[in-house]
Amino acid sequence: MIDKMKQLIAYYEEVLSMPHRQEIARELRNEDDLFLLLLYSEMIGIPNPVYYYTLELYPHMIEKFHDWHLRMGMDKSPLSGIRCC
Amino acid sequence: MNAIALAAIGLFIFVIGYRFYSKFVAEKIYRLDPNYVTPAHRFKDGVDFVPTNKFVLWGHHFTSVAGAAPILGPAIAVYWGWLPAVLWVVLGTVFAAGVHDFGTLVVSVRNKGQSMGTLANKLVGQRAKILFLFIILILVLMVNAVFAWVIANLFVTFPSSVLPVFIQIPLAIWIGHAVYKKNAKMLVPSLIALAVMYLVAVLAAEYQVLQIDLVRYFGGEDGAGLFGLGAISSAFFIWIIVLMIYVYIASTLPVWKLLQPRDFINSHQLVVGLGILYLGLLFTNPEVTAPITNPDTNDVSWFPLLFITIACGAISGFHGLVSSGTSSKQLNKETDARFVGYFGAVGEGVLALISIIAVITFFPTADAFKEAYNSFGAASGGGLGNFVQGASQLATGLGIPADIAATIVSIIVVSFAATTLDTSVRLMRYIISELGTEYKVPALEKTHVATTIAVVSSAALVLIPEGPNGFGSGGYLLWPLFGTSNQLLAGINLLLISVWLKRLGRNYLITLIPMIFLMFMTLYAMIIQVFTQWAFWNESSSTLLFVFGAIILGFALWISITALSALLNKNLPKLDPNE
Repeated sequence: MIDKMKQLIAYYEEVLSMPHRQEIARELRNEDDLFLLLLYSEMIGIPNPVYYYTLELYPHMIEKFHDWHLRMGMDKSPLSGIRCC
Repeated sequence: MNAIALAAIGLFIFVIGYRFYSKFVAEKIYRLDPNYVTPAHRFKDGVDFVPTNKFVLWGHHFTSVAGAAPILGPAIAVYWGWLPAVLWVVLGTVFAAGVHDFGTLVVSVRNKGQSMGTLANKLVGQRAKILFLFIILILVLMVNAVFAWVIANLFVTFPSSVLPVFIQIPLAIWIGHAVYKKNAKMLVPSLIALAVMYLVAVLAAEYQVLQIDLVRYFGGEDGAGLFGLGAISSAFFIWIIVLMIYVYIASTLPVWKLLQPRDFINSHQLVVGLGILYLGLLFTNPEVTAPITNPDTNDVSWFPLLFITIACGAISGFHGLVSSGTSSKQLNKETDARFVGYFGAVGEGVLALISIIAVITFFPTADAFKEAYNSFGAASGGGLGNFVQGASQLATGLGIPADIAATIVSIIVVSFAATTLDTSVRLMRYIISELGTEYKVPALEKTHVATTIAVVSSAALVLIPEGPNGFGSGGYLLWPLFGTSNQLLAGINLLLISVWLKRLGRNYLITLIPMIFLMFMTLYAMIIQVFTQWAFWNESSSTLLFVFGAIILGFALWISITALSALLNKNLPKLDPNE
């Protein structure tokens, strides 16, 4: 009897969560797709608009970047694109 | 007539229909093949295409299609007496709805799980697809308008239901946050939320302070409202505006913030509702007091209007969207389609049957029934209220006091209607965007532009028509239009199934006959309403309804012509059933 009740509750929950499981899976898949696209374009060298938008991160990253290259034992910025010092 | 006997007869016919007729259709017409590799297996991706146990899939299918419509339609249609309504629900479910839901599922499964809109393009041609898109647009517009009006109507009639319904929003946001951030299970929190809602309902039913009764704030029914309107009209106006703002926010937020958890809380209410109604029926054992047929219906004839007043619960095109949109992608074995599709329709029929019984056992005498249902307008306006009261009378058999039961039942109906409203506003937004892409209007593709159009047009449709009870009562004039657009969609689905069967070289009469029946009723009803009620040369003319009626009439004719040409076309190539 208790087993039957447990089965019933499990069934009920499965029915209710089915559409929601789908929505969450779809969102995750979309993120994955985007990530893959970025990786591939990076790997094959297809220009993509993301680089242009990463410029906006520049002011936010500059300090962290500076700390990082100092920690790594480089006095000057190793990348020509980012001039922090 | 004893109500339990009536319910038993109805259920018995459903069982017989499922046991024999659906078996015949499955074996002889759709020829289900247990070894056919369904799209769920063929395109398995863990997201859309997931092989699912047939009972779980049925549960999901049933909760998606059962809503406020199979309650409201029958509650209006008992106006012509209970026999026509019961017969149409029972026979319509067995011979039309079952075949339609089952058929859309099978056709979609046999065509890579594509939706009916895509299949229209494939089976009939490009024009059919555009037609399909426009009909769905009209249908969702009607759904938005009608259901906003339904909720406002319940808020005005049962003010104790307002607070519990609004309490649900913060509860849902909290659950969504908890589940999404902490990965908790949803079942227990959502049951707790439901319990909180019902507790608030009990309190609101007892204490007048907790009832948000706009009509009372305006000084009772004869009080002055806003802008020189009456109190009731103002209450309607305010509720509809509030609802539209809510829907706008709800349909533009990410789904798991509000919609998902709210949906989860609401899904329990179907079980609660069916439980209250059927158990209450067993315990109270009421007599049917309403007349078998109502001879005093001189204003509106039952033929053909009955067949569009009860759409959901007898046959509804909306089910085709669900079965070809999601269910077909999750069908584990093709032979499960009979259980999921046909039995899903039967589930809806069971809900419609009990709504009829709740209304026809509520009145103490046949005269009291006739007084409440003295005209079609009164039936449309008061049908839902009568259902809520009838259902709460059944609930007294379970020991629930009538006023608390009425509050809880109205919460259940509001929740159903609100879920449908959210979904249809979202759907409308997608369709407007799609039409924007189709006709190169990029502005329409923006979320907020599309949602604004959807919400504003729906609000206008509710508020503009002049109903008999003054401003804001135009909503229920739209119910027949909602029914017609729903039946048109069912008609076009049945047409697609018929064309598919014909191209396979099989007998397509079982879908063609319901289709001809539906198209005939729709055309006939629209011609009567457009030319004898809404056109400008009549007393009860209404430009807006006339325009919509004429558009729907045009679509109905268009579908009929398309159907004829598609079915008579000898040049359509034969299909291979195993492709």
